[in-house]
Amino acid sequence: MRNKYSLFSLVKNAFSYHENWEKAWKDPEPKKEYDAIIVGGGGHGLATAYYLAKKHDMKNIAVVEKGWIGGGNTGRNTTIIRSNYLWDASAGLYDHALKIWESLSQELNYNVMFSQRGVMNLAHNLQDVRDLKRRTHANRLNGIDAVYLNTEQVKKFCPIINTSPDIRYPVLGGTLQRRAGTARHDAVAWGYARGADEMGVDIIQNCEVKGIKRNGDSVEGIETTKGFIKAKKIGVVAAGHSSVIANMAGLKLPLESKPLQALVSEPVKPIIDTVVMSNAVHAYVSQSDKGELVIGAGTDDYVSYSQKGSHDIVEGTLNAILELYPIFSRMRMLRQWGGIVDICPDASPIISKTSIKGLYFNCGWGTGGFKATPGSGDLFAHTIANDEPHKLNAAFNLNRFVSGDLVDEHGAAAVAH
Amino acid sequence: MTKNLRVKTSKFVDETYKISFKFNGTTYYGYKGDTLASALLANNIHLVGRSFKYHRPRGIMTAGSEEPNAIVQLHKNSPRTEPNVRATEVEIYEGLEASSQNCWPSVNFDIGGINNILSPLLPAGFYYKTFMWPASFWEKYEYFIRKSAGLGKSPTMPDPDIYEHKYIHCDVLVIGAGISGIMAAKTAAQNGFKTLLVDEKPYLGGSTIYQNSEHFKINNQISSSWLEKEISEIKKFENLEIKTRTSVAAFHGYNFLLARENLTDHIPLEQRNNKTRQRLLKIRAKKVITATGSLERPLVFDNNDRPGILLSSAVEKYANLFGVACGEKNVLFTNNDSAYETAISLHQKGINIEAIIDNREEIDSKLIKETEKNNIKIYKGYTIVNTYGYKRINKVSIMQISKDGQKVVGSKISITCDCLGISGGWTPAVHLFTQSGGKLKFRDEDQVFIPNIYSSDQISVGSCNGDFTLDEILSNIPNILRNFLKVKKTDYENLEVYSSFNKSKRNIWLLPSDKVIGKTKPFVDYQNDATAKDIKLALREGFRSIEHVKRYTTTGMGTDQGKLGNMHALGIISETAGSKMGELGTTTFRPPYTPLTFGTIVGRNVGEYFDIFRKTPIHSWHVKNKAEFENVGQWKRAWYYPKNGETMHEAVQRESKAARDSAGILDASTLGKIDIQGTDASEFLNRVYTNAWSKLAIGKCRYGLMLNEDGMVYDDGVTTRLGENHYIMTTTTGGAATVLGKLEDYLQTEWPELDVYLTSVTDHYATVSVCGPNSKKIVSQVIPDLDFSDENFPHMSFKNTKIDKIKCRVMRISFTGEHSYEINVQANYGKSVWEKCMEAGKDFNITPYGTETMHLLRAEKGFIIVGQDTDATMTPIDLQMDWIVSKKKYDFIGKRSLYRSDTIREDRKQLVGLLTENPDEVLEEGAQIVADFKKTPVEMLGHVTSSYYSPNLKKSIALGVVRGGKNMIGQKLIIPMENKQINVTVADPVFLDKENKRLNA
Amino acid sequence: MFLIECPYCGEREQSEFKAGGEAHIIRPKQPTELSDDQWAEYLFMRKNIKGMQFERWVHTHGCRKWFNVVRDTSNDIIKAVYKMGEKPPTK
Repeated sequence: MRNKYSLFSLVKNAFSYHENWEKAWKDPEPKKEYDAIIVGGGGHGLATAYYLAKKHDMKNIAVVEKGWIGGGNTGRNTTIIRSNYLWDASAGLYDHALKIWESLSQELNYNVMFSQRGVMNLAHNLQDVRDLKRRTHANRLNGIDAVYLNTEQVKKFCPIINTSPDIRYPVLGGTLQRRAGTARHDAVAWGYARGADEMGVDIIQNCEVKGIKRNGDSVEGIETTKGFIKAKKIGVVAAGHSSVIANMAGLKLPLESKPLQALVSEPVKPIIDTVVMSNAVHAYVSQSDKGELVIGAGTDDYVSYSQKGSHDIVEGTLNAILELYPIFSRMRMLRQWGGIVDICPDASPIISKTSIKGLYFNCGWGTGGFKATPGSGDLFAHTIANDEPHKLNAAFNLNRFVSGDLVDEHGAAAVAH
Repeated sequence: MTKNLRVKTSKFVDETYKISFKFNGTTYYGYKGDTLASALLANNIHLVGRSFKYHRPRGIMTAGSEEPNAIVQLHKNSPRTEPNVRATEVEIYEGLEASSQNCWPSVNFDIGGINNILSPLLPAGFYYKTFMWPASFWEKYEYFIRKSAGLGKSPTMPDPDIYEHKYIHCDVLVIGAGISGIMAAKTAAQNGFKTLLVDEKPYLGGSTIYQNSEHFKINNQISSSWLEKEISEIKKFENLEIKTRTSVAAFHGYNFLLARENLTDHIPLEQRNNKTRQRLLKIRAKKVITATGSLERPLVFDNNDRPGILLSSAVEKYANLFGVACGEKNVLFTNNDSAYETAISLHQKGINIEAIIDNREEIDSKLIKETEKNNIKIYKGYTIVNTYGYKRINKVSIMQISKDGQKVVGSKISITCDCLGISGGWTPAVHLFTQSGGKLKFRDEDQVFIPNIYSSDQISVGSCNGDFTLDEILSNIPNILRNFLKVKKTDYENLEVYSSFNKSKRNIWLLPSDKVIGKTKPFVDYQNDATAKDIKLALREGFRSIEHVKRYTTTGMGTDQGKLGNMHALGIISETAGSKMGELGTTTFRPPYTPLTFGTIVGRNVGEYFDIFRKTPIHSWHVKNKAEFENVGQWKRAWYYPKNGETMHEAVQRESKAARDSAGILDASTLGKIDIQGTDASEFLNRVYTNAWSKLAIGKCRYGLMLNEDGMVYDDGVTTRLGENHYIMTTTTGGAATVLGKLEDYLQTEWPELDVYLTSVTDHYATVSVCGPNSKKIVSQVIPDLDFSDENFPHMSFKNTKIDKIKCRVMRISFTGEHSYEINVQANYGKSVWEKCMEAGKDFNITPYGTETMHLLRAEKGFIIVGQDTDATMTPIDLQMDWIVSKKKYDFIGKRSLYRSDTIREDRKQLVGLLTENPDEVLEEGAQIVADFKKTPVEMLGHVTSSYYSPNLKKSIALGVVRGGKNMIGQKLIIPMENKQINVTVADPVFLDKENKRLNA
Repeated sequence: MFLIECPYCGEREQSEFKAGGEAHIIRPKQPTELSDDQWAEYLFMRKNIKGMQFERWVHTHGCRKWFNVVRDTSNDIIKAVYKMGEKPPTK
C-alpha cells in the first residue's frame, strides 16, 4: 500500500513537516463507462465500492456523490453501533457488520476509532421489561452478547443515570451489549474512500445524478451534472434521497424521508463512559472522544428534505435527557443539526434487486444505518456482483412488502417512527 | 506581577462599587460593570487557560461572545458550577469564583504542555493514522485521549436553578441594540409596530456607545452622545419592549426564533435561590430586523495565539468601556483603519503605544494622520513574522512584505511589547441570517460574505449587512427601513455624518513568514489548535470541501464555533486550491449562535412536570389503600395491593384467588372510551372491526378486534350498542388516543359519506368492575332497583340504571372469565360507587385487585392483551381467533392483507398455551422457545408472551407464540435459559373453564 | 417550525398538527380484487417527493379535522391548503 499509515510514517513525515503525505483519494473526472456505478458517497456507498473491488474483483467502478463524501447521514449521525436486534434476519445482518467493525481499522489501515464501550437500552415500563428480556434471550441464542441488567446493575454500569424509583418513568432495568459502542463517523467514509481509491475505484464528488437511463427493463447508465456515464449495474445508496433516484427510474419505494435531529454539548472531561439509549422516554446519549455529549433526537412525522427539524423535537429530547441525567441541566448545547432519513414501514432496511435489471437499492435504514455500514457495503456488493442477495440480506428484499413477510423492528429502533 | 491597569474612570464601570472575586484561588478586585475578563486585565492577568490539543497558554482574546480562549469553570465545587464559560461574558459579582480549565496541575505549569513539544507528531488527523496496533489496544489509547480531551468539567450535582419558557408574538423583532438596531427599533415603534429589541449585552448601544472621539460625529455631536439621546428616546415607547442580556440562539424558518434571557447569572449565588435563572423566549415575529453587527477578524501569522494578543477592537473596548489598559507597551497590527481608531482611543487615555504595524504600504486617511501627529510609530507595509513570550507576549519581530504579498523581504526588526492588538478587518455576523435559510453572496472588494437572498420577511441592517463605517450605516439605514417597514419617513433622513475611517484594506489570509510553513504555528482556530498548515495538509491529502477540511482539522468545531477563524480557513483553502471564495460557499452555521443551557431549553418540563400524570377518579382510594402503581401510557394504574408486608407474588396470588372464589373489584377507568353516534354507526363498525356488527341488538355488547391496514392486530375491546344509532366503544388503555385518531382519519378522509360522529369520553366516566361468583349479590345491593336475573340481564348485555339519583351504565361483560359487571358512572361519582361496592362486598371478602391480577386471571382464560401477546406481527388467525374474522363481510380495515402469500402461510407463529413439566416452575416472559437447542444456530420457534403461577389451577401457566403452534398441541418444546433448559408442553391457550360456565355462575 | 393555515381554525404552529403522509392515495374500493402487488402499491409504495408534495395533515390539538396541504418538501414552504374533498390547486 502506498503511504501506509503508522506511527512510523507519522514520525518520518514529521521530519519533512508533513509536506509529503499523498492524497487519501484522487479526484478524477468520470470515465465514459464503468462496470458498476454506486450512487451515493456515504459510508454505505463507499463500503459497497470497496467490497466490490476487494471481494468481487470488479475494479472499473465509480462512486458518484452529489456533494462531498460522507456529508449526508454518515457525517450527521450519533455513531451508535450495536447488533442486539430482535429478529434472526436483523441480528444476522447487524452482527455481520459488528464483526467487521471489530477489525475495520486494521483492514482499512485507517483508525475508525471503533470503541466498544457498550450500549445499554433502558426499560421504563413492564412491557419494556418483557420486550428487552425477549430480545436478550433471542440475542443469546443468536450468539450475540447481550445481558439483561436490573436497576442496580444499570446504575453500576452508568452511575450518572437517575435510577430513583420516584421519577416519572423509573428505570426498571436494561440490556447491555458490551461489544457495542461508537466509531468516528467521518473516518469510516474516509477510510473506505481511501481503500477503494487504492484499488482503482473512481470517487467522483460534486456529481449529481439527474436521470437514470433505461433500455426497457434494464439500466444503461446515469445522467449526471458531469455528463452521461454508462454502466450495466447501478447500485443506489442515497439514503434520504433514495426515492428521488427511484422516481427517476420510474420506481416507487416503500419509503418516507423525514428529518432526524441530533445535537452535541460543549466538550467536558469524561463523565459518561458508555452509550445509553432509552426508547420509552426517548433519550440517547454518549460522549465523544472530544468530550462532547452526543445526543440523538427523534424524527418529525412529516416528509422533508430540508435537513431541518422542528425545535419541539429537540426540546422533547432534552426533557428526557434531564429526566434521566439531572446533572446535565447546566451543560450547554453547542450545535444542533438535522439529517434526512429514509424510513421503511417495518423499520428495517432494503438491500435488494429491483424490477429493473441492473438496478439495485440499498435504503430504508431509517435512524439506524451507521452501525450497519461495513456489513451493508459487503452484502450490497455481493448482491450487485452476483445479481442475487447473500443469505444475510435475503430477507431485506423489496418483495416483502408484497408478500407480507415484514421484518418489524420498531421495538429495536430508539426512535419512535 | 499584579498591577493596577485601570486607567481612567469609565461611566460604564462603577468605581465606587468594589467587588471581590477569586480566580484560581487568589482574590482580586474589580468594579461593578466589569466582566471577568476586564477585571482580570485590570489586574494585569492575561493567562487564563490552556488550549485543547497542544495545551498552549492562552489569554483573553476578545471582549465578547466570540471568545475562543478565555473560558473558565465557575464555582467548581458548587452545584451551580458551569464549565466552559467565556470570561468575556461573565459579569462579576461578589463571591464569583472562576478557575482555569484543561490544565493540570495548574494553568501556570501544565503537564499537558508536553503536547506542544510533540506537536510535530500531532498534525491534523494524526489519530486516523495511528493507535491501530495492536488491534485490541485502541480502547487503552482512547482512555488517555478522552482524559486529555474535553475542556471543563460537567456538574455532578442536580441543578438548583429553575428555568422557564415564554412565548412572544411581535410585529417586529430587532436583534442587536447597536446603533443600527436602535434606529430600527425606534422607527418600528414610532410607526405603531409592536416591537421587541434584544441584545446579548447588559447595556444598549453596541460599540458606538463608547465611540468617544472627535473623528466620528453625527449632526455635529460625538457619535456616542448622539446615540445616548436616541436610546433615552426609545425607552419611552410603550409598544417597544427592550430585553438586554438576551441572546438570540436560533433563527428558524417562518420567523420563529429562540432567545435566551439571562436573569440571575450576574448576581451573587446566595441571591439566586427561587429566582428564574434563564428564560427561553420563543419568538414568533412578523418581521425580523437583524442588526447583529460584525466581528473583527484576527490575522494569521506565526505564534499569533500568545496571552497578551487580543483583537484590536477588544483592546479599544477594554480601554473605552471598562477603563482598562491591556498592557503598558502596546503594539497594534492591522490591515485596515480599525486599529487607528484603537490607537487614538488608547492615546486619549494616556496608554502607551509602541508601534503600529500595517501591512498596507500606501495608506492615507484622517485617522492615520491623527495617529502620526501623536508621534506613534507606524511601520507601513510590514507584517509580524513571529511573537515571543511563553505565558505572555514580550516581543514581536516584523519584516516587510513583498509587493505581491507572498513573501517577506528585508531584515527583521524586533519590538518589545506586553500586548498586541490585531485587526484583520471585519466579518459580518451573518450566522442568524444563514440559520434562517438565507443565502449569502461574496463581496470581493473587502472579502466578506453578506446577505443576499432572504427566506422570510426579514432584513439585515448595519455592519452585519456589510456596512462597516458610520457614514455607510447612517446613509443606508433610512432607505432600508422605509422599504422594509413600508413607512414614509424615518428620523434619520439626511443626517450629517463625519467619519474619519477609510475603507482600504489589504486582505492576506495567511501572512507570509521568513520560515517554511511547516516550522510555524499560525493559528486559525485558537481553541482547537488548528493552524494554517493543518488546513494545507488537509488539502494536500485530498480534502477539498470546506466541510471536509473543517472536520479533518477540527477548525470551527470549538465552543466558539469558528466565529473568528472560519473565514481564514475558507480564504486559505481558496488561495491554496486556487478557487474563488464565493464558489466554495461557507460552512453551515448551525444553531445555537452561542451555546444554550440544556436547562433553559427544557424550562419547567423537569421532575414532576416532565410528563403529565393521568389518574383515575378512584386514584386517591388506591393510594390510601397502599396500592403499588404501574405506568400504562400516561396513566397510573393500581398494580397490586400488598397487605401486611406481602410480596408482589403473595398479593397477586391472594387477589387472584379471591376474585375466583368470591369477589374482586378493579378500577377499569383507564380503558379508552369512544362515543359513536350517527345513522351509519353500525356500518362504520363493520368497516373498522373484523367481525360483523349490523345484527347486534340494542342493549347488547360485543368484543371486537381491530386491525391495521397491514392485517396485524392493532387494538381490541368491547363495544356496546346503546341505541339504534349509538354505540360506546372501549379500547385498550394505551391505544385510546391512536385508535380515535385512526378512526377519525378513515371517517374524514376515506368514508366522508358516512354519517358518524366520534367523541372521546374516556375521562368522562369512571369504570368499576366487580367480578366473581358473588359479584351479582354485591352489585345488586349497590343498585337495588335493577333486575339482575340472567333472563333480564344476561352476559354481554347492558342496562341504563341509577345509583341513588346518579345515572349509570352497567355492562355485564367479563375479562376474567368470571360472572362480572362493569359500572360506568360520571367520573366524579366514581370513587363513591367504588366505596359503595366495597361496602356491599364486605361480607363477601370483596378484594381489590390491580393490573397484575387482571393479567393473571385473563391468562387463565387465554384472553390476549394487545401489545403483550401481540407485537404488530400477529394476525387474528395467528391468534387462533379465526372466529372473529367475518368471512361474509366484503371488506374491513386490514382484510386484504390477511390474504397475502406470507400472511396465509400455515407455519406462521401462532398463539398457544404452554405448560411446564414442573408445575411450580414459572417461565420468564420473553423467554424463547425452541425444539432443539443443541442445533446451531438455534432455531427459535417463538417466545413466551405471558406467564404466571395460577393459584386457581395450582400450576404454572403461560401463553406464547410458536411457529406452527396451532398443530403442535401436546408436543414437547424447550425453553433454553442461560443456565438451564425448561421442558414445556404446548397446550390449548384456555386453561380454565373452557365451557364458560363461570360466566353465569 | 413552520406555521400551517388550518382551513377551519386559521394559522397555527406545526406542532399542533400531525402529518398523515401523501394525499390522494385513495383506498381501493374493492381490495379483494387486487393482486398482492397492487395491494402493496396502495399500502406501502410512496412517491416521497422532494419538491411540491400534496399531503394530509390533521389538526390534532385543535379541531381534529383532516385537510390537505401543498408543501415544498425541500424547504418546508407551504403553498396551499384545502379541505378534504376539495379539488387540489392546479398551480
